[in-house]
Amino acid sequence: MPQVSLTVNGKSHTVDVEGRTLLVEVLREKLRLTGTHVGCDTSQCGACVVHIGENSVKSCTILAVQADGAQITTIEGIAAADGTLHPMQEAFREYHALQCGFCTPGMVMSAIDLVKKHPSGLSEQEIREGLEGNICRCTGYHNIVKAIAAAADVMNGKRTELARAAE
Amino acid sequence: MNVTLPSAVSSGGIGARVRRKEDLRFLSGRGQYTDDLVRPNQLHSWILRSPHAHARINSIDTAAAMAMPGVVAIYTARDIEAAGLGGVPCGWQVTGKGGKVMAEPAHPVLASGKVRHVGDPVAFIVAETRAQARDAAEAVEVGYTSLPALPDLRAATAPGAPSLHDEAPDNICFDWEIGDKAATDAAFARAHKVVRFETTNNRLVPNAMEPRAAIGDYDPNSGEHTLFTTSQNPHVIRLLMGAFVLKVPEHKLRVVAPDVGGGFGSKIYHYAEEALVTWAAAQLKRPVRWTCERSESFLSDAHGRDHVTTAELALDSDGRFLGLRVETLANMGAYLSTFAPAVPTYLSATLLAGVYTTPAIHGQVKAVFTSTVPVDAYRGAGRPETTYLLERLVDVAAREMGMDRLEIRRRNFIQPDQFPYQTPVALQYDSGDYEATLRQALEAADYAGFEARRAEAKGRGMLRGIGVSTYLEACGIAPSKLVGQLGARAGLYEVANIRVHPTGSVTVFTGTHSHGQGHETSFAQLVAEQLGVPIDMVEIVHGDTGKIPFGMGTYGSRSLAVGGSAMVRAMDKIIAKGKKIAAHLMEASVEDIEFADGRFRVAGTDRSKAFAEISMAAYVPHDYPIEELEPGLEETAFYDPKNFTYPGGCHICEVEIDPETGGVEVVKFTACDDVGRVINPMIVEGQIQGGVAQGIGQALIENTVYDGEGQLLTASFNDYAMPRAATVPDFTVLTSTTLCTHNPLGVKGCGEVGAIGSPPAVMNAVVDALRDYGVRHVEMPATPLKIWSIIHGGGDALPQAAE
Repeated sequence: MPQVSLTVNGKSHTVDVEGRTLLVEVLREKLRLTGTHVGCDTSQCGACVVHIGENSVKSCTILAVQADGAQITTIEGIAAADGTLHPMQEAFREYHALQCGFCTPGMVMSAIDLVKKHPSGLSEQEIREGLEGNICRCTGYHNIVKAIAAAADVMNGKRTELARAAE
Repeated sequence: MNVTLPSAVSSGGIGARVRRKEDLRFLSGRGQYTDDLVRPNQLHSWILRSPHAHARINSIDTAAAMAMPGVVAIYTARDIEAAGLGGVPCGWQVTGKGGKVMAEPAHPVLASGKVRHVGDPVAFIVAETRAQARDAAEAVEVGYTSLPALPDLRAATAPGAPSLHDEAPDNICFDWEIGDKAATDAAFARAHKVVRFETTNNRLVPNAMEPRAAIGDYDPNSGEHTLFTTSQNPHVIRLLMGAFVLKVPEHKLRVVAPDVGGGFGSKIYHYAEEALVTWAAAQLKRPVRWTCERSESFLSDAHGRDHVTTAELALDSDGRFLGLRVETLANMGAYLSTFAPAVPTYLSATLLAGVYTTPAIHGQVKAVFTSTVPVDAYRGAGRPETTYLLERLVDVAAREMGMDRLEIRRRNFIQPDQFPYQTPVALQYDSGDYEATLRQALEAADYAGFEARRAEAKGRGMLRGIGVSTYLEACGIAPSKLVGQLGARAGLYEVANIRVHPTGSVTVFTGTHSHGQGHETSFAQLVAEQLGVPIDMVEIVHGDTGKIPFGMGTYGSRSLAVGGSAMVRAMDKIIAKGKKIAAHLMEASVEDIEFADGRFRVAGTDRSKAFAEISMAAYVPHDYPIEELEPGLEETAFYDPKNFTYPGGCHICEVEIDPETGGVEVVKFTACDDVGRVINPMIVEGQIQGGVAQGIGQALIENTVYDGEGQLLTASFNDYAMPRAATVPDFTVLTSTTLCTHNPLGVKGCGEVGAIGSPPAVMNAVVDALRDYGVRHVEMPATPLKIWSIIHGGGDALPQAAE
């Protein structure tokens, strides 16, 4: 049985896998990082998005053996060590960008990558098109788009604090 | 007793945009969905499903599969029958014309003798790992003789069509009617004009993002079964599965629905997989888990809509509606799912008056079995179908009468002074103001400025259209006595158990279930407001039959209207008892004690006790009227609603069509909805935005397609078009309030209005955009191919549907 070594959220792990084992299965079942979800079987929904190095990746679309040696960050690993939320997490809460929460981890991980890849800022249309690979059935995306725009301003240094949603 | 409302929004109380309590765990990856749970020594399972739409099962050979690595057990119908298990029950019994009770064929847990849709479960394989179970499923040999498929309503109702079930030789489940046929015929006899309209309400797959999952567990010492499941209503599952399938009494069966990733109706029903894991766990004395794959969800979660309807509207020369005749064929799928018979009848045809004063209505519904996945309630359940029918019909009538689309609506609106309004189709509306929501939506949408925008779009080569729908719906289900008369096999009250702890913190046990609706926050706001305690001192507990006395769950926008009302009643009891304790402590008469802002006061004095002092006295009853009053401070209420609630409003959609591609873009969407009192505007707006996105999905892109062999062609997210972020626009969502008159909160419900009001607004806009092409109607979904064909096929050649 193949063995893979992964660094996930800064911790090193070596696990035995089958050749057909998907990365998401290792994360969820072997490492018990169940924040990464599986919402489909055709690489469409994006509930399983994690970061490998600097890129967002659908962890249902990569075999565990392909990720051997990778530096992986999951939704469990993006808040600061003291528990302070990442600006994207904080923005999702402030703008009510989640309802059932199932697509949320993948949505947040995709959104962080999207913002990082657009350091000069994003239009509403760019945000919407950038979310092509993430499906949400609850929110109608309206508040997700608002949250990402607000988080982007903080991540890009345009604001020091998250802009508050309307009261 | 009604809740006393504050003059201004207090922090955390009713009306405040409180950020959600549940978000922290979801945003940190710490949600606990069913598939996240692990039971010690658990087994995994896989379901072998039918590849045929309709076939006889000649043989099932499991020997080779049983010999495969890790396989622990394989069950087929023979094992289920030997164990004496029942079939999956239906929760409603509709009685049709002439008192004929609906045909109710057995719905076996595993297919017995025949399979009746692609995806019908045939064998249940249990193994040490999921991969092993899946591998073994491929080694199970099933001998089938294929039979003719009945993939749609037309095939199933064709003369000489083969029977899917012996119990329904003509594939008709029931033939039902509502309203006064004679009065309707008379109305048509004196009509100035009759407008005829036919349409299909496209079949949809709910597609909550969390696929269904279930884990069965069994304790051989106590004999207690536990089921963890992705359900909107764990008590209903316990009742249906315990009493009808497994025959296990309630005290030996616990059903837990932990965090659930969306439902939209698809997780109301009791599914065979729940019974299989629960039963198998007891056979094997080990936990058994099952998680659905998305492609499997398409073949096993109940679908929604799928009605084919013909309607006729009789009008006088002023455009007033005189009568309405409607005939609907409703697809039930292969078996009756829990709510299925109620959807086209009591949840749909009873809405045929809409917001209009049509005096005579006759509706008929034939429910039909087909060799497809069962069809049941999906967000709105019957009400989107009727709303779409009416609001398209009214637009068509306006055009044929040469009237303005708003004027014909206004001329027929039920007026605010006509409430309570008795419709000719059973319902009595309690409140509403349709002109108010229309006016507010028109203003917000800048309806007056539309023609200028259309002209500007034309300059860019684009076709711009605007569409309006004015609608209402009936939710907050439901008065038990009434639905019992209509064929419901359960009551539809709700239960709240409120436990005030010694220090004054509060735990609320509710029989409703939150799977995205934010009850942990909005219910806490309600309780904080009424008991005058900080919101952080209130915890909402749902989803566990082991903790909560009883409940009917969450669907039909009922949680606040029914479940919230139960909480108000339980809190009334808490306050009444608190007053007795306060009267004793302050040596006053009970009648003189007032409760407000979390303090019990002796009226007209400065003497008072805090809520926490009273709760402490109740649990440490040293100075306490112990001879007359039990210690403790915990109360339960069962609340049965007096009527449905009737939210409604106006949705306005603006689209642009690119004539080169046929692509339809929603460029502006405005909704003004009356959902009654609003507890948390942030959550209400989110519910409406999400519902509207589903409505736009139905109107423009979503469709469930079977081929002639009964194979589902749209069986994955590659093939079934789900709305993405770029499918929908920035929404303008407003509320305008009239209070519900019969529940203590004045609330109506907001979960479904978005999906109900929006599809006709979108389609009215699409038809309006094509006004130069002589198009009378376009069927949903308005895909680019369909629109391109209309534009380039010659509009005049397509006076009816574009199909």
